[in-house]
Amino acid sequence: MLFRKIKDKLFGSIIILLALISGVPLVLILFFLTKEGISNLSFDFLINLPKPIGETGGGISNAIIGTFILIIISSVIAIPIGIMLAVFLSEFRKHKFAYYVRMGVDILQGTPSIVVGMIAYLWVVKQMGNFSALSGGVALAIMMLPVIITSTEETLKLVPNSFKESAYALGVPYYATILRVILPAALTGMVTGVMLSIARVAGETAPLLFTAFGSPFMNLDITKPISSVPQIIFTYSTSPYVELHALAWTASFLLIVFILIMNISAKLLAKRWKLNL
Amino acid sequence: MDAVNFNESASLELNADKVIAEEKKVRKFRLFDGIFKKSLGSISILFVVFIIAIFLTLLIQSLPSIQALGFDYFTHTKWDPVTLEFGSLPFLVGTLVTSFLALVITIPFSLSVSLLLGEYYPKGFFSNLLRNCIELLGGIPSIIYGFWGLFFLVPIMRSFETSIGVPPLGIGVFTTSFLLFIMVIPYSASIGRDVISLVPADLKQAALALGCTKYEVIKLVVVPYARSGIFAGILLALGRALGETMAVTMVIGNKNAIPDSLFGPANTMASVIANEFTEAASQVYLSSLVEMGLLLFVVTTIISFIGKQVINRFSNT
Repeated sequence: MLFRKIKDKLFGSIIILLALISGVPLVLILFFLTKEGISNLSFDFLINLPKPIGETGGGISNAIIGTFILIIISSVIAIPIGIMLAVFLSEFRKHKFAYYVRMGVDILQGTPSIVVGMIAYLWVVKQMGNFSALSGGVALAIMMLPVIITSTEETLKLVPNSFKESAYALGVPYYATILRVILPAALTGMVTGVMLSIARVAGETAPLLFTAFGSPFMNLDITKPISSVPQIIFTYSTSPYVELHALAWTASFLLIVFILIMNISAKLLAKRWKLNL
Repeated sequence: MDAVNFNESASLELNADKVIAEEKKVRKFRLFDGIFKKSLGSISILFVVFIIAIFLTLLIQSLPSIQALGFDYFTHTKWDPVTLEFGSLPFLVGTLVTSFLALVITIPFSLSVSLLLGEYYPKGFFSNLLRNCIELLGGIPSIIYGFWGLFFLVPIMRSFETSIGVPPLGIGVFTTSFLLFIMVIPYSASIGRDVISLVPADLKQAALALGCTKYEVIKLVVVPYARSGIFAGILLALGRALGETMAVTMVIGNKNAIPDSLFGPANTMASVIANEFTEAASQVYLSSLVEMGLLLFVVTTIISFIGKQVINRFSNT
């Protein structure tokens, strides 16, 4: 009897110990990034362009602008398509295509980001003849789609059926019921989904390596190569120069703060509206 | 109201106009409804076509390499773009070894997290904190894992390797597996927690009523019941690990050969694509890299398909 109790207690403690250890890397990563990254963070870092090796200072303004441009391009592509597919999935649940669309979403969710980059390269870069922000945006849009579709579909499922029935009873046509009644009711959930998808792609590097490619200059033209924060972290951190490592730490710190804010506020929003995403 | 109007002959004409206008409106609504439903339908078809197109593009682009190299592609151990020798065996081995090693280390940890959150403390401040930590861990980009791994994990590994007497490179297969293990915890843990919390309470209570300890309930009821779901979580984590690119590229050492030891440098399929895709000058070179992408795509598709099937079956019963 005693032996069984000891075994039980021992097992419980091991579970707690291992689970606690699993949370340690997060603390370590955040601590390390903050320690190394925050000292360099200044206004100049945000507004200056990168300087040549050897000169001190310099910033990553082109990468910050680049990341925002890439996020805007991918959102413009992915949000309408994602929402339409989610409406299709929640409205035509038994439709024969719904099964295949769901399967497609699962496939896309599991596709490695490097393969997504390869597809964007073969479809966009090869056709245009050069690396471009547009192709990077396409790659990121492909990565955003599954997140937007699943979260929007989950939210649409939560909209009470009585909303739709009331609209029908008032003689509202189908398209207006969806666009003016159902979708506004699900707005919070959709915003949450979009925020999560932005948080997912903001740090993606692999799909940008051979699409957006990176550029040392400030670039606002979406048909030209563009720099981005994760890519600058990659180039700087794998370079042999200590000054560049310091810049990469600060860039990582900025990136992680942005992603954490997006993730946490999406979670708070979802919690407030009792969504389960 | 219409009935009242109907009786007044003066407003009869006005009423007819109204009816026509109403008719037009209904017709317009029907048209819009038709367009709306059609566009929903066609976008779903386009989406499926898009997924098939991904597969076909990869397949067509890798045809030159499939034709030129055939099955040798998978068995040849030499990868040399200069002499146009493309054997992907080193990368297959590198990918499989790092991923499976990572999974083996992950299982006890993610199982502990799932049991703790699903069984021991499903609610409360402490478990909320842990759950959020694990979820945020899943949100950290791969590039930051790689960077952190390069400057935090690699020095630690280096001193560890010195202490056990192997060449202290720091980077290599083991470091990669260790980093991957941290990265995939969130995936298997969150699915594990979901399936464990689905285990019916009456089964557990029955076991407790028979005098089982918590440990015995977990061993005899919870884990056997949730086995398939836990397996699916691990499978999906494997899918993640196989395709992981940036973090792996940064800490594996990028050596195009079969790793000679657990601590030696190597390369994985994803990392070799990341390193060489933009420099691929000849057609066979590019195409053999695309073939690797095709392989990754097919394998991860199969994995996510099986994983999803298992989870669906689990949550429906």
